[in-house]
Amino acid sequence: MTELPQTPVQTNTTGHTRWVRISHWIVSVSFLTLAFSGFVILMAHPRLYWGEAGNNLTPALFELPISRNHQHSGWEKAVPFFQDPASPISANRTYQIFNQNGWGRSLHFLAAWFLVVPGAVYLLAGLFTGHFRRHLVPRPGELTPRLIGQDLKSHLRLRIRSATGGPHYGLLQKCAYSGVVFLALPLAVATGLAMSPTITAAYPFLSRIFGGFQSARTIHFFASLVLVLFLLVHVVMIIKSGFRRQMRAMTFGKIT
Amino acid sequence: MKNNQLLTRRKAMITGLASMGGLLLPGCSKKLPPTYGNILRMGDTLTYAAHRALLPGQSLAREYSHKDITSFPAIGTTNPGDPNKKPKPNETYRRLQSGAFADWRLSIEGLVTRPGSYSLAELKRFPSRTQITRHTCEEGWSAIGEWTGVPLSRVLDAAGMLPTARFISYYSYDDWVDSIDLFDALHPQTLLAYGMNGRDLPVPHGAPVRLRVETQLGYKSMKYLQRIVVGDKFDDGGDKGSIQNGWSWYAGI
Repeated sequence: MTELPQTPVQTNTTGHTRWVRISHWIVSVSFLTLAFSGFVILMAHPRLYWGEAGNNLTPALFELPISRNHQHSGWEKAVPFFQDPASPISANRTYQIFNQNGWGRSLHFLAAWFLVVPGAVYLLAGLFTGHFRRHLVPRPGELTPRLIGQDLKSHLRLRIRSATGGPHYGLLQKCAYSGVVFLALPLAVATGLAMSPTITAAYPFLSRIFGGFQSARTIHFFASLVLVLFLLVHVVMIIKSGFRRQMRAMTFGKIT
Repeated sequence: MKNNQLLTRRKAMITGLASMGGLLLPGCSKKLPPTYGNILRMGDTLTYAAHRALLPGQSLAREYSHKDITSFPAIGTTNPGDPNKKPKPNETYRRLQSGAFADWRLSIEGLVTRPGSYSLAELKRFPSRTQITRHTCEEGWSAIGEWTGVPLSRVLDAAGMLPTARFISYYSYDDWVDSIDLFDALHPQTLLAYGMNGRDLPVPHGAPVRLRVETQLGYKSMKYLQRIVVGDKFDDGGDKGSIQNGWSWYAGI
C-alpha cells in the first residue's frame, strides 16, 4: 500500500545544480544558527508589541512563557512624567533578568550575513538561469483546486513520492519552496533590517511599512515561526522520500 | 558550455565570500575596532564596516510628536550614589547629587586644543536641541522620550577638537567606559542631554547629563557622564568597556 508507482519524472531529473546545493547548505546552517540565537534573544524580553514602542511598563500584545523574565515583577514604584492622570511613567528595574544577548545578538547578526549574501546570490542566479521559472514557481495551469486537493490528500496520507534527487517538484512542494524563498525569508530579512537604528535612520520607509519597530519585531517572530514549521515539514518529507538519497542529492548532486 | 557557466558562478560566489572575509581580517586598519580573533567580534566589525561604507551619511533617526511619548523603564544603575549599591556606592556622585549637581563638571580631555571642564550651567548656555526619539534596548523593548541637551559636536567644537581625532571615549559615574566614532559623535542628534520630557534629567535616567546616540542601541547612550576623552586610536575601555564584557562595540546593527 505504501509502495507507489515509480514516476517517470525520476529518469529525467536534472539533479540539483552546484549553486543550488552550495547556497542550500550555507543558508541551512545560517538559518539554524539564526533560529537558535533568535530564541536566546527573545528570552531576554519575551513580550511582543505592536507599533513603535513597547516595554514592561506598557501593555503587550502577548507574552511568551519562555524565560524567567516572563511576567517578572522586579520594579520599584512608578513615577509619572507629567501632571495628567494618563501620564506615561518611569520605574526602576530591581530584578536581575536573564540576558545572554552579548553573544546571542552578535551570533545572530554574524549568521544573518550568511543568509543575506548567499541568499541574494541565490535569488539572482535563480532568476537569471530560469531555475525559478522552470522549477520553483507553480505554473498557472497547475494551481487548480482539483490538483491542489489531490496533492494535499496524498500528503495527508503521507504518500510521499520517493526521491528524485532534484527538480521537478510536486505542486505543494513548489508552493512551499516559493513561499519560503519569495515570502518568508525576505520578510524575515526585511523586518530584521527594520529593527536596526542606523538602517532605519537612513531608510525610514523600512520601519514605516511594518508599522514601527515593535511591529517589525512581532512580524519577525512570526516569520521565523513559519520558517521553523517549514523546516520541520521539510525534514519529515526528506525522511519519508528517502533520507540518504535526498541528502546525497543535495550534497553531491547525484542520487547514485 | 553549461558547466563553464556554473563554474564561473561558483567562482563569483566564492570570490564574494572571500572578499567578505577580507573585511573581517583583524588589525589591518586603525579605523576598525579590534576583534581579538573572536569570530563574533569579526561579525560586529563586518556590520560596522558595511554600514559606514554603504549607508548615506548622518541621516536623522525618526523624531516623534509629544503625544507619542511612552512610559520609560530605568534599568542597570538607577542611582550610582545609592548607599545600597553593589559593590559600593560612588561617594563623589552622592556628594554631587546632594548639592543638586551644582558642583558637577564634565571634563573634556585628549586631542583638543582647549581641554577643560563644563558645569551644568555652562552646558545649558550652548544652543540646545530638543528631540523626541525612540530608545531601543538590546533586550528587545523600546520607549519614546523627549530629550533636551547640547549637541556633542558643539562642545567638541568649543574644546577645539584636533584633526587627528578619530574616536570619542566617555566615562560614567557608575564605572562604565564606552566610545563612538566621529561619524556618530558629530551626528546632529547625538546630545549631551540634561533634560527629559520637559524637566531636568531624573536620576534613574542618568542625571545630571547622559549621552544620547540615536543611531545606536540604548546601551551606547551612557548615563551619569563624568568625562569625555578625544582620541586618535580605538580604546576598548578595558574591563569597563563593552567588548571585554562580551558586547558588540558597534550597536547600530
